[in-house]
Amino acid sequence: MAETKIHAYYDDDDVLMHAVKKVKAAKHHIEEVYCPFPVHGLDRAMGLAPTRIAITSFMYGCLGLTIAIVMMNYIMIQDWPMNIGGKPSFSYIENMPAFVPIMFEMTVFFAAHLMVITFYLRSKLWPFKEAENPDVRTTDDHFVMEVEVHNNEDELKELLLETGAVELNIIKKRH
Amino acid sequence: MYTFSNRLRIGAIILMALGIVGMTIGFISAPGSVEEAKAIVAAHDDGHGGSHGEEHAVAGHETHDEASAEEHAAHDEHVYHQLANRPWAALYVAAFFFFMISLGVLAFYGIQRASQAGWSPLLFRVMEGITAYLVPGGIIVFVLLVLSVLHFNHLFPWMDPEVVAEDKIIQNKAGYLNPTFFLIRAAIYLGGWIAYREISRRLSIAQDKADDDSNFKKNFRWSAGFLVFYLVTESMMSWDWIMSVDPHWFSTLFGWYVFASMVVSGVTVIAMVAIYLKSKGYLPDVNDSHIHDLGKFMFGFSIFWTYLWFGQFMLIWYANIPEEVTYFVQRIEEYKLPFFGMVAMNFVFPLLVLMNSDYKRINWFVIMTGIVVLLGHYLDVFNMIMPSAVGDKWFIGLPELGALSFFSGAFIFWVFRALTKAPLQVTRNPYIEESRQFHY
Repeated sequence: MAETKIHAYYDDDDVLMHAVKKVKAAKHHIEEVYCPFPVHGLDRAMGLAPTRIAITSFMYGCLGLTIAIVMMNYIMIQDWPMNIGGKPSFSYIENMPAFVPIMFEMTVFFAAHLMVITFYLRSKLWPFKEAENPDVRTTDDHFVMEVEVHNNEDELKELLLETGAVELNIIKKRH
Repeated sequence: MYTFSNRLRIGAIILMALGIVGMTIGFISAPGSVEEAKAIVAAHDDGHGGSHGEEHAVAGHETHDEASAEEHAAHDEHVYHQLANRPWAALYVAAFFFFMISLGVLAFYGIQRASQAGWSPLLFRVMEGITAYLVPGGIIVFVLLVLSVLHFNHLFPWMDPEVVAEDKIIQNKAGYLNPTFFLIRAAIYLGGWIAYREISRRLSIAQDKADDDSNFKKNFRWSAGFLVFYLVTESMMSWDWIMSVDPHWFSTLFGWYVFASMVVSGVTVIAMVAIYLKSKGYLPDVNDSHIHDLGKFMFGFSIFWTYLWFGQFMLIWYANIPEEVTYFVQRIEEYKLPFFGMVAMNFVFPLLVLMNSDYKRINWFVIMTGIVVLLGHYLDVFNMIMPSAVGDKWFIGLPELGALSFFSGAFIFWVFRALTKAPLQVTRNPYIEESRQFHY
């Protein structure tokens, strides 16, 4: 079965924003919007769900903190409680101030790095990945809105032209 | 224009009246002589069974009687000073705490003007209202300092000639720590801060009626100049008014530490007053995003305060140099709950509550966190002043709560009275439209 999509080109982010709102209002499903730079408020206009990456970051931070505590408790208190310069190594809490810099850094390290890796995984980014942008101009000065067609090509074309599209391309893909 | 609601005014007056009663009882029940102090300690010890005094006496009598008697007299004298200090210290802590809030707001206001922030002009009148307390609050703190110099209390050991006569360390600091210079410095700090506050307020009001931006520009220059002055004087003020209650101890980041405490309390009070006024319909243009920004500042400065608290504590704990570490030894042994309790209130609580972006937009969340943060920073000042003033004789009872109640009443009364003096929204500020449209 052949799937048909329309690529509508815009050359201004304001026009794009209005177009997105119009197309949404007309109940057409917007597959994707390709932009050369972040357009403020576009995600809200498209009705995308808010990101949960900050929540993952918080959990990764907790993980890092736990690892730091368990690691130093094992090494410094349980396994080999040495007297190093008179620091009290009888219990974790007694020597805790000395561990805080490491606890802090491990928290930040885990929160930051695992969050970035999560971002890469979720947005499917890696080296040697084939670029997905439909037109090289979308990395420079054009915006492309991709809308699915369900036997309503003419009507959709008209709507998109009305919203200020500067160019329309019909894409037919075979699966 | 804001009108001072009657309920709030009566509430503030009741707080002040209750506070005066509490403080008066505190002053009356404080011992007037060594004998009275001994009676109080004896009564206290009976209630608790085994007493430190008795054990000490038994151990002393066995060996050398004379030395022990002398030691006893010195001990009684010491206890008497601690008990006599308590109402004074309670008064000083509360007076400084509320003064510090308005000074923190003044610093924050100066930063907003000097950085030409686009979000905050809607809140300028709220900040100016809070800084109005700088004048009465500053005068009260100054009067307390003068009373200390006049030997009405023993808050500052270096002001006592008898102590200084036997103390080589304080003698060597006398070039800086002497009563005359101390009061001159205090007058300069207070004069400078109040002068900036009055000038900036006048320019801010003049800007509303002006037909160009010259007042705004003048205010910008004054604010930039004030911040330089403030940075130096705030640091010196913290040495003078707080660190010198422990004249044998010093810390280099103390000024920053006090600053962090001051600015986080200040931002919290701005947020609370703004939310209150908004809930009464007086700040229609203030939206959730403004509260969110204040919440972010509360969160950030809480962590900044913790950073400095820990930076100061950990460096001294780690090196464990006897002349520095006694400061924390005393606090951990005698003030365990307030000392570590304030870390939970000033760090852990706001960290967990204000981390979520959505929570910072919920007004009652901000108010609740604000109350905890303010109590936490009251405890912070308490922890800085009390150990040297009353030692292990501390308690949060009538004198402390009375002083807290009196100054909170006075603060509310003065601040909300000042808010009625000018429209709650600046009109001709070049950034007012940006502030009105602000959303995050």
